[in-house]
Amino acid sequence: MAAYRFIGQPAERPEAQDKATGKALYIHDLSRPGMLYGQIKFSEHAHARIARIDTSKAERLPGVRAVVTAQNTPEIRLGFLRDNLALKRDKVRQFRDEIAAVAAVDLETARAAVALIEVEYEPLPGVFSPDEALAEGAPLVHDLLPDGTPNATNRLGLEFHHRSGDVEAGRKASRFVAEGEYTTPLIQQSCLGTAGCLAEFDGNGDLTIWAKTQIPFLAQRDFTAALKAMGLKGKRARVIVPVLGGGFGTGLDTHCYEFISILLAWKTGRPVKIVYDRQEEFACLSPRQSARTKVAQGCDSKGRLTFRQIDVVMDNGAYTSWGATYPSIMLLPATSLYRVPNVRFDAQLVYTNNTYCQAMRGYGNPEVTWPIESNLDDLAREAGLDARELRLFNCNEPGERTPMGLKITTCGLRECLETASTRIGWDEKRGQGGKVARGVGLASLVHVGGGGKIYRSDGSGIILKADDYGTVHVSYGGVEMGQGLHTVLRQAVAEALGVLPEAVVVNQTDTATCPWDVGTHASRGAFMACNAAILAAGRLRAKLFPLASEVFASEVERNFKQREQRDPKYRRPELDLSALSRPENLELEGGRLFPKDAPDDPCLSIEFGRLLRAIHFRDAGTVFSAEAFFEPKTELPDWQKGYGNMSESYAYGTQAVEVEVDRETGQVKILRVVAVHDVGRVLNPVTLRGQALGALAQGIGYALYEEVKTERGRILNPGFTDYKIPTAGEFDFPVELVFVETNDPAGPFGAKGVGEPGLVPTAPAIGNAIFDAIGVRLKDLPMTPERVLAAILEHRSSCQTEDEQWHSR
Amino acid sequence: MTAGTQSERQALHFELNGNEVSALVDPFARLIDVLRDALGQTGTKEGCGEGECGACTVIVDGRTVNSCLYPALDAEGRKVITIEGLMAPGGGLSPVQRAFVEGGGIQCGFCTPGMILSATSLLERHPDPDDESIREALVGNLCRCTGYLQIFEAIRAAARPRHPAGERL
Repeated sequence: MAAYRFIGQPAERPEAQDKATGKALYIHDLSRPGMLYGQIKFSEHAHARIARIDTSKAERLPGVRAVVTAQNTPEIRLGFLRDNLALKRDKVRQFRDEIAAVAAVDLETARAAVALIEVEYEPLPGVFSPDEALAEGAPLVHDLLPDGTPNATNRLGLEFHHRSGDVEAGRKASRFVAEGEYTTPLIQQSCLGTAGCLAEFDGNGDLTIWAKTQIPFLAQRDFTAALKAMGLKGKRARVIVPVLGGGFGTGLDTHCYEFISILLAWKTGRPVKIVYDRQEEFACLSPRQSARTKVAQGCDSKGRLTFRQIDVVMDNGAYTSWGATYPSIMLLPATSLYRVPNVRFDAQLVYTNNTYCQAMRGYGNPEVTWPIESNLDDLAREAGLDARELRLFNCNEPGERTPMGLKITTCGLRECLETASTRIGWDEKRGQGGKVARGVGLASLVHVGGGGKIYRSDGSGIILKADDYGTVHVSYGGVEMGQGLHTVLRQAVAEALGVLPEAVVVNQTDTATCPWDVGTHASRGAFMACNAAILAAGRLRAKLFPLASEVFASEVERNFKQREQRDPKYRRPELDLSALSRPENLELEGGRLFPKDAPDDPCLSIEFGRLLRAIHFRDAGTVFSAEAFFEPKTELPDWQKGYGNMSESYAYGTQAVEVEVDRETGQVKILRVVAVHDVGRVLNPVTLRGQALGALAQGIGYALYEEVKTERGRILNPGFTDYKIPTAGEFDFPVELVFVETNDPAGPFGAKGVGEPGLVPTAPAIGNAIFDAIGVRLKDLPMTPERVLAAILEHRSSCQTEDEQWHSR
Repeated sequence: MTAGTQSERQALHFELNGNEVSALVDPFARLIDVLRDALGQTGTKEGCGEGECGACTVIVDGRTVNSCLYPALDAEGRKVITIEGLMAPGGGLSPVQRAFVEGGGIQCGFCTPGMILSATSLLERHPDPDDESIREALVGNLCRCTGYLQIFEAIRAAARPRHPAGERL
């Protein structure tokens, strides 16, 4: 692999000092002159007609500047299927539905005003699970489709299927078959910085909104459409992204609160900020979907996989976000995790009166990897095979075209499987559980590693502009949310252009100054940004050397003259400066321009900044900038067929876990984790570890603790007191991270996306380790002590029953 | 800091990051609101408002507290240190801040001020903490990004220079 100067090295985060000194400005910290505080009145019913809204008392409260409802504002539609309204008109369909909102001079007044809003409801029967929603005669969540035509079902009009080979024939040809039904819970992304925005109109009627978003440009599109709906035709929306207190998928959609703050700002003529508190974040911001998955897999007598059948039902909640396209990524593990010839995949999303859901890191992948990888261990046991050997036998290989049409270019899965199992001590520890209730398990993953095309463009633009001091300003439309995007982008620009990382500044993400980007999701940030940076830096260099060749010699002359003036004894060396006039002989490295044939001659080298001034300040001078739009060569899959090469590269990985289970309490203790990921190439070992460890922690939370609990649509645990995310206290076990470098040809410097993979296989690896320890298969996440204990007791009683039956014969 | 009339408010005096400050505060005001709204020190973050996440951690008279639960008037006459008040003796980043910046201890950064203050307080009490003490000191500071391990590493790195003998934590 090529050697790099900055790529592969640790580098300080450009924003780290701000964050360490309290100077970083999150949405919570922003304020504008005359700013008002917005608060929302949320529904008190899961499903009800709105009979009457009385806002008169709220309006009369001193300090209130505006109260908005659907009755006094234009209708603003939003959502992936346009099935949601910023303010609900006739009906509420979930507890968190927005009925009215207030703008007031301070937060307490706004809260007091919301409490004065009176709403009369006519409660309707609701549906709170896909089963209830699909039952005959079930009440409809939406009586009308967004286009106004009558609706007949709670099934969403989104179809995701895949058929390859012949699953029935595959099943018949199987010597062994394993089947099961698995569930995953609603979980909250739990960003430490809650959601919020600040909307402001200028004198022209143009909107600026500071938004906690991961999709500034799609948000700009949505906000511009809202302005049009408000009758502000031709007015512009500008989105500025403040420092994000976490993202994890919460920023992949525009939200009602954003449109409400726009309405309030327009109505009052003042900037309006809405920030959720923690309880609102839990109860009123969309969590990750729950899913129920039936899985069946088979193999022949040697262990060769014969078929895989996956049936997913997801509780969508009352409205539709981009998260409803989860099955697009579920298709990856379903079709392309291990080699399997016959695949059937069907996913169904169902409207209910539960809180509507949105994306979270992993985007459908953990939901389906959990059943596949748990079930694969069951299959191995059925077949009397070692679970690792079964996986190695069916391992994906480079050059493969999977049933979904994914073109696997590089693939480190075999190395990941071997390394993870060896380092966890597979041969010594597997199957030794028994008495001590200790066990080891592993699970793998495949994820998009080179973008993920789910929109008509999966592109990213970039602008590099050098100033007269040699600083390169980067305008990039993706979002830094803590993952280290700006850190690696800075390294990539420095590497590709030939300057020092300290000379590269990544600007704040702002739709007014940055070129278009589809959004920071699908582990695509660094892959896209760095590829775009390489393209733009190449263009800048192509522009640089011809211009430099015009001024280089005269700048060197000027150097000599200056030295002669300063020091009369100075004698300039005899040098042929004509070599400086040949563009092909010039090189820029570490922020200095020099001729290739004399790279070390200090007389023949000038600083980048000085070079730029020479290029700039003259007749026919040039602004030194370049732009690029990087569009990966991928396909927008056909979702009905579940087919298409949606990414330029694919990330594989394996996690192995050792656990100890307390048979009396059901407590699962993690003793050790080995996580091995094919990352293509390490761009920055520190930020990469951060991504892998952070995702692993979320994977552990998903596996063992986290669940948003609901009762008839009401969220019962809207706070960190009752919703447990992993704390520092739990991380008392060693984690070994290994990065496999497969040097992907499509990746920037060979790198693949790394943001999401780390949480995908964690739950099944733990579940498989628990089975190894105590012989009990957990099928529902999270694997809380209560659930583990219940499974142990059930297992015991079924064993006893078998025993009794045996003895009674 | 917003409700209540001027006459109901009470005068509060305390030492903030080495400077005497005063403010008129509502009797029920929380320390975090005085810091952020009245005194403009927005480095202290509110992550939950119920003392669960630790993002609002500040040091009062040498002890870490959740400023979202701490009544502002209880700070009367006390010494309060926020993230804005940390620095090395000669200026610049404190050793803990430096270690967080140089390692992987910071991602989104929202928990960082509270984490750094908890870590600083720990090292004041135990210059050479073992792993168990580090975990215990941070158990009230939630982080969703890092998975904590790089934060532990940063704290070990910050502790190390105090012990040039080089003994392991």
